[in-house]
Amino acid sequence: MIQQLFFIYFAFAITGLSLLVVTRKNPVHSVLWMLLLFFHIASLYLFLNAEFMAAIQVIVYAGGILVLFLFVVLLMNIREELRIGKYIGAGPTGFTFAAALLVVVFMSLRSFVAAPPGIYSIDLIKKETHTMVLGKLMYTEFLYPFEITSLILLVAIIGAIVLAKRRLKT
Amino acid sequence: MVPLSWYMLLSIIVFAIGVFGFLARRNVIIMFMSIELMLNAVNINLIALSHYLQDMRGQILAFFVIAVAAAEAAIGLAIIIALFRNKATAHVDEIKEMQG
Amino acid sequence: MNFQLPDLTPMIPELSMTAFALMVLLLDLLIKKKEVVALISIAGVALVSLTLFGPSGTTFGTMFISDGYSTFFKIIFFVNVILSILISIKYIAVEKINYGEYYSLMLFSTIGMMIMASAGDLIVLYLGLELMALSTYVLAGFNRHDIKSNEAALKYFLLGAFSSAFLLYGISIIYGLTGTTDLRAIASFISARDLTDNFSLLLSIIFLTVAFGFKIAAAPFHMWAPDVYEGAPTSITAFMSVGPKAAGFAVLGRVFMIAFASVKADWAAILIPIAILTMAIGNIVALSQTNIKRMLAYSSIAHAGYALLGIITANNEGLASMMNYLMIYAFMNIGAFAVIIMLRSEGFKGDSIYDYEGLSKTHPLAAVLMLIFMFSLTGIPPTAGFIGKLYLFVSAINAGYTWLVVVAVIFSAISAYFYLRIIMYMYMREPKTTVTLTTSFSNGIALGITTAAVLLIGILPSYLLDLAKAAIKGF
Repeated sequence: MIQQLFFIYFAFAITGLSLLVVTRKNPVHSVLWMLLLFFHIASLYLFLNAEFMAAIQVIVYAGGILVLFLFVVLLMNIREELRIGKYIGAGPTGFTFAAALLVVVFMSLRSFVAAPPGIYSIDLIKKETHTMVLGKLMYTEFLYPFEITSLILLVAIIGAIVLAKRRLKT
Repeated sequence: MVPLSWYMLLSIIVFAIGVFGFLARRNVIIMFMSIELMLNAVNINLIALSHYLQDMRGQILAFFVIAVAAAEAAIGLAIIIALFRNKATAHVDEIKEMQG
Repeated sequence: MNFQLPDLTPMIPELSMTAFALMVLLLDLLIKKKEVVALISIAGVALVSLTLFGPSGTTFGTMFISDGYSTFFKIIFFVNVILSILISIKYIAVEKINYGEYYSLMLFSTIGMMIMASAGDLIVLYLGLELMALSTYVLAGFNRHDIKSNEAALKYFLLGAFSSAFLLYGISIIYGLTGTTDLRAIASFISARDLTDNFSLLLSIIFLTVAFGFKIAAAPFHMWAPDVYEGAPTSITAFMSVGPKAAGFAVLGRVFMIAFASVKADWAAILIPIAILTMAIGNIVALSQTNIKRMLAYSSIAHAGYALLGIITANNEGLASMMNYLMIYAFMNIGAFAVIIMLRSEGFKGDSIYDYEGLSKTHPLAAVLMLIFMFSLTGIPPTAGFIGKLYLFVSAINAGYTWLVVVAVIFSAISAYFYLRIIMYMYMREPKTTVTLTTSFSNGIALGITTAAVLLIGILPSYLLDLAKAAIKGF
């Protein structure tokens, strides 16, 4: 019961905060609401026994990505932003599409049946600790995707420098 | 115990809000933030499924999604900065050098 | 807990390509002349292509699959990257974007495509797709002082990221239904648990179709393509009109044919309207274009529509003809771009179709080459484009889609109008502006290779098709 109450609080908070993020006129406000949203999502992960995911949600999303966003938002002309309308002409179409998507997915997911449970029961994860289980898998069974991720991050570094550096030597 | 379907419902609601923000907003940075919102919705779904299926794959994919989102943010914001240098606008309906 | 490193021999091409890409990145620091970096990259890709015919098999569980199918696609990617580098060398000097990272990003993008073609697991597929896409976003915006290039990169990035969110949502539903992300395990689970009538599965197929549709620029997910192709540097337009598209088809074929084999009727019903719409929009909107890069963007959308016929057929013959078509498309499309790129010179854009007026009088050789590529893109014999379309249509008729082929032929006939208009301008109009061609040795080689391939495949078609048919065996 207490769990359900907590979930209901978090679900409503996350929905409300998401709406705030996409509807605020001032982008700085959007970024700050998003910060709060990410903390709520991280807490939700704690309910799902995923401590490590909660930690990196806070460290990478709130600590890394949002700081980048904040820097770029501060480059913008906020006054201009506050003056003009926040939605494009096709805004209502976008709303209709999103609402239709919600209804269609909701209807289809009623036929959803979850697959049978695997071996990583809550007790096993508790015994071995979540980070340990995840780390072991990451460096053994999922080594290949892990290595691909390193290339992706390298490309991101190169790409960001190539595009945003003020002057490049020829 | 919270049923799995609650998490999936929350996930699709956040996803749809992200889709709405992407399609309706004028500011490219907010559009990009809407995409991050969609990715977070997917992560909620993946981690909830992973918990209920007692399988770690979902969490591992969510981990990669976070890593890729960081890379995407770096490149996306670099592109926005490059655009900003040439034309001080962040509004998607003013970015229309090409028409056809 | 002991861990044994999996057998790495099937993935030698990927590993050596990664090593080369990193080496190119480092050499860029030491080498001042960027042409040398380009030559090293080409030599590297050529060397790596020799390792393609090494041992095949699966490794890392079943995450990595090296088979004939993936090898054939890797050949397409190598052809694509070598030809694109060849046409870039002079062009990026003219555009003053001659930085070494250009080549390493192209190689990284190619690695992403190779990972996609070999992916046996949805996690790996997603990461390969992101590696390819992130490199291509940067390349599209590489000309960072040009606002059109910025805009192309931004549009490509926003819509690409949007579509990968759809891909991920689709993957998450499949994961929830089957408890796995492995393609073969998904297939066996779907038939074992009898999920074929489940709406959630259908929903995930739709989400995946949306995501792959963005990558192959199929309508109605094509709206980014014209702007991105027009704004990006021309050499990159050539690169991404072939590579990411072929990689998209590779994963579309593998995921739908393996993981969703038991629901063929469902996804064929989704893909057929998409294919018709793609051919219609591509060919009809191309009629009114006056910018040649934009026109070729719509033409590339239309070609994705034809190639989708091969997937809709849903048998090995269809897939083989699709692979055959993509290889031919790589040659003819990059060939056309190699001609277009020559018109760009210092202070002259040369991307309007009116710049081609009277080209046969001033530069007869370039006009003849353009004629060959335009004939091939239209599908007029004896060029390769005709052969590619013929095999696609025959395989679709054999599978019972005669009415779809009739539709495709009608749109193909419409396409003749805008391709032949270029030829008409070149041969039947008087030159208005004096066009100086920016010729270079490397671009000449690219033109030589593509022309020879287009004509040879047109005259001796069976060799390439046999190769594709052999590659698909045991898929």
